[in-house]
Amino acid sequence: MSRINRSVVAALCVAAGAALAQQPSSTVQEIEKYRAALGDGNPAELWEARGEAIWKEKRGPKGASLERCDLGMGPGVVKGAYTVLPKYFKDSDKVEDLESRLVTCMVTLQGFTPEQAKKDPFGGPGKKVAMDALVAYITAESRGMKMNVAASHPKEIEAYELGRKMFFFRGGPHDFACATCHGSDNLRIRLQDLPNLTKQEDARKAYTSWPAYRVSQGEVRSFQWRLYDCFRQQRFPELEFVSPASIALTMFLAKNSNGGTFNAPSIKR
Amino acid sequence: MKNTKIIVLTAAVAVAAGCASMTQRDDAALNAKALELMKASFREQGIAKLDRLVQDDVQRLCSEYSDGKALPKDVAERIEKAEQASIKYPADGKYLGDWKNGERIAQTGVGMQFSDTAGAAAGGNCYACHELTKQELAFGTIGPSLYNFGKIRGYTPDMQKYAFGKVYNSEAYSACSNMPRFGHNKILTEQQIKDVVALLMDPGSPVNK
Repeated sequence: MSRINRSVVAALCVAAGAALAQQPSSTVQEIEKYRAALGDGNPAELWEARGEAIWKEKRGPKGASLERCDLGMGPGVVKGAYTVLPKYFKDSDKVEDLESRLVTCMVTLQGFTPEQAKKDPFGGPGKKVAMDALVAYITAESRGMKMNVAASHPKEIEAYELGRKMFFFRGGPHDFACATCHGSDNLRIRLQDLPNLTKQEDARKAYTSWPAYRVSQGEVRSFQWRLYDCFRQQRFPELEFVSPASIALTMFLAKNSNGGTFNAPSIKR
Repeated sequence: MKNTKIIVLTAAVAVAAGCASMTQRDDAALNAKALELMKASFREQGIAKLDRLVQDDVQRLCSEYSDGKALPKDVAERIEKAEQASIKYPADGKYLGDWKNGERIAQTGVGMQFSDTAGAAAGGNCYACHELTKQELAFGTIGPSLYNFGKIRGYTPDMQKYAFGKVYNSEAYSACSNMPRFGHNKILTEQQIKDVVALLMDPGSPVNK
């Protein structure tokens, strides 16, 4: 469990430094110092440990563990599984990301209803949820491995193309699309760097850094949460947990990050 | 509800995909499918209803002409003309409010999110994208620097009117701009826009120091 995150953090800081190279130096230095301080140990490890225990625990009406769950590399294979998601699954006849696949396994293996499996998608103050922990554990098992989303099955290709359309879809009272903030190079919102998610280099850096322990929230946040909160800020209605649109958009972003080295759960402000 | 969603998804993915060179018709079909998918995947929450997914002409055209597809000149002119015509200028002919209020509006991004309360005054969040004053270092770079906006352009009535129109409806002057249409979409009130215009155009404002 005692994974050393320092090399990851160092790499992140180098990358952040490069992106901010044109900014006034004192601001850049302060941001870098802050980021380095954040990297001194990652509380996400607590979620990872809890997730591993939940993965192996007999739960639900069927009293079964998730250990036979096929996350995309065969039943029970956790190592590297996150690098191939989202993926088409024959048994459900759907393209699924990690969170939706876990819901499927909770239903088929453990006997939960879909409503029960989706009931608590994100943790909050005083509320620790199984989903966050499972996501932290499973994603950590892909740390250091290269993203390798196939997107070759017709339904995977379709999901990618639909996700791409969503990315450029402008709507709501502010006319925002994902592309408004994430479609050009070297932009910032306030002091926050904005990756250009249509470009491989930036998509790799961003996608491989989620999930993340958010210092400001004291929670591990999944990629489903990241999209949910982006759309809140985009002034859209609420993106439903593991909804088909959320999976399509994840497919677009995950495939764009192919070849990048997965480095999460990370730690962010 | 759940069955509907599954049917929509199935319909959405049933059509063959992956053509390397998509025809215009295929692209329109994909747009329609993406919209169906979104309608099945978002739900009303608080003040954010599903009608936010219904695009007006500007949103539809600016979505269509993105992803590497250049905006044709005639389409841009059409958008700008229509949006210019929709600007409601102040009846009293005064464009300048209080720059101190304008600064507060520029600092806050609250408003219109599903987590915000109905009827609460929204902010303009100008600093999220623009440099405005030298006092605020935490500014974004999505939009151009507006430091010395009035000082550079001159404190003329025409420029005041332009600034009001630009904040009211950015698409009137630059089709498919990333900037929200603050007046047109009722994010800010007329008085709030005047205050923001004062922040940009008042010689006493820190923007012009």
